[in-house]
Amino acid sequence: MEAGTEMELFQPLQRENEEGYVFAQPATTYWRDAWRRLKRNRAAMVGLAVIVFLVFLALFGPYFCPYSYSDQDLTPEGINQPPSWRHWFGTDNLGRDLFVRVLYGARISLAVGVFASLIILCIGVIYGGISGYLGGKVDNIMMRVVDVIYGIPLVLVVILLMVILQPGLKNVMIAIGATYWIQMARIVRGQILSLKEQDYVMAATALGASRRRILLRHLIPNSIGPIIVTATLSIPEAIFTEAFLSFIGLGVAAPMASWGALASEGVQSLRSYPWQLLFPGLAICLTMLAFNFFGDGLRDALDPWMRR
Amino acid sequence: MMETTALLRVENLKKYYPIKKGFWKKVVGHIKAVDGVTFTIWRGETLGLVGESGCGKSTLGKCILRAVEPTEGRVEFILNGSPLEMTALDKKSLRAARRHMQMIFQDPYSSLDPRMTVMDIISEPLRVNKVCNKEEIEERVKKLVELVGLNVNHLKRYPHAFSGGQRQRIGIARALALNPEFIVADEPVSALDVSVQSQILNLLLDLQKEFHLTYLFISHDLGVIQHVSDRVAVMYVGRIVEMAPTEEIFFAPKHPYTEALIAAVPRPDPRFRKNKGVLQGEVPNPAAPPPGCYFHLRCPYATKRCAEETPIWDEITPGHFVACHYAHDLTLRPID
Repeated sequence: MEAGTEMELFQPLQRENEEGYVFAQPATTYWRDAWRRLKRNRAAMVGLAVIVFLVFLALFGPYFCPYSYSDQDLTPEGINQPPSWRHWFGTDNLGRDLFVRVLYGARISLAVGVFASLIILCIGVIYGGISGYLGGKVDNIMMRVVDVIYGIPLVLVVILLMVILQPGLKNVMIAIGATYWIQMARIVRGQILSLKEQDYVMAATALGASRRRILLRHLIPNSIGPIIVTATLSIPEAIFTEAFLSFIGLGVAAPMASWGALASEGVQSLRSYPWQLLFPGLAICLTMLAFNFFGDGLRDALDPWMRR
Repeated sequence: MMETTALLRVENLKKYYPIKKGFWKKVVGHIKAVDGVTFTIWRGETLGLVGESGCGKSTLGKCILRAVEPTEGRVEFILNGSPLEMTALDKKSLRAARRHMQMIFQDPYSSLDPRMTVMDIISEPLRVNKVCNKEEIEERVKKLVELVGLNVNHLKRYPHAFSGGQRQRIGIARALALNPEFIVADEPVSALDVSVQSQILNLLLDLQKEFHLTYLFISHDLGVIQHVSDRVAVMYVGRIVEMAPTEEIFFAPKHPYTEALIAAVPRPDPRFRKNKGVLQGEVPNPAAPPPGCYFHLRCPYATKRCAEETPIWDEITPGHFVACHYAHDLTLRPID
């Protein structure tokens, strides 16, 4: 450089901060960040509140009621009562308190929703994870299997399974879990398919990490957002399917009753005693809406592409 | 600086990607990403690998580590005096061999797992290879973090809290964790700001001195290559066309493509006007390269012979390899 005279005008600045870099924010983890965004979504928070309320009622509600779900009052005045202060939701044709029965129904419905979606989660994540990570021919075959299952109406499959398995709470969960995992498998596979091309997977391979480790430590944790969202949204689906099964008489056995079974009984006397259908129906609607709003909110909160 | 014991011998390495078409995925051709490459890397040196985008530089680097399976050829790694044929290892021994060779990636954003803390990222190689217990791991990670110029207090942070340069430092710390002998640096600075580039380059050079590392330094930036390399290999459409000590490449190039590359280096001088012939034409399709010398369509010195005969890989002066029919006859313009 010939411009030596100009260069002399410049003097190196003394460094003040040798650390060079100070974080202005405290460390935010993925979950704290997601929770912050979720809190801003009003519909999701209402949904969450309703879910918490329902779970609370289902767990503790029956203990505060003077009746049991199987207590009958067969006197002419006792059956088919309209809603009153004694029986909030009225009574059915065997004189049983409908409020308590709806609360017990909530137990069954929520349990089916949660456990069926856990089964969906396990099968779907493992199946989709293996299919996406191994790729190639394995992926091709595994996904064709999924396509075939997807082509059959799922409710039909569940009904067939229920016929084989005998009605009962456990079997309802198994039947739903064993059929509805394909959605989860597809989503996980898609996630893993795109994630496995990332450099950090190559880096882990170059470090000598095993396939198992890469799948469990890198790929699945990075697709946890969509997995949780899908699992949350599969809960109302499972609840609805269980209600439907109970409605057509393939669900839990009497005198236990899920919302679907209650609705089924209510339909028979819809003209004379409409509240017998109204209350179980409302409960199903409310739960479905709450879970769906919450699931949608979760998707917005966990989706990294939406990050502002 | 240059020792003359070989660390890595690459012989006729090839990587072809099949092109599949139609419902039955019939193979209709191959993309020749790396097409018969032979060279040796000496212990303790930095071999710069330059070439245009898509010429197979990165694929070559990954093939050497077998992060990508080569189609053909041999890679021999000389470990403690005895040769280890990388291309013949089974999965288990390959995993063991990988301790000695690591990689630094181009994109500091996708090369770090966003769900892991810095601590987890840097300690992963130690955990995977089970080289030490928990306390030792923490010690080692702290040492590594200081070595690459990061703050020990930030180990619990996630990568998104760091800048590009800092992320690259994390990547370097991860690569160093197992005390490797050989590092493939795949465009380690091309995603960074110029001011940060020099910091990272100097860090790499300091670490090389301290730990006697050997680098295969892949870059498309000739300025960077000139700064860090002892020797330079120039790649064009999957083949190395010239390889020589850095000064010779820049001041006595023997291949017309090298000449064209160094003529295209931008100069930090506003009065400089580009007046020399810039290369005409396009890079040939690696699925269907032209016959003869791959460069003959764009070469200003090409003759009929170049279109017919593939030039041989020849050592024209000691240590200077060229693949050109007229390497002895042409007088090419050095860098100015």
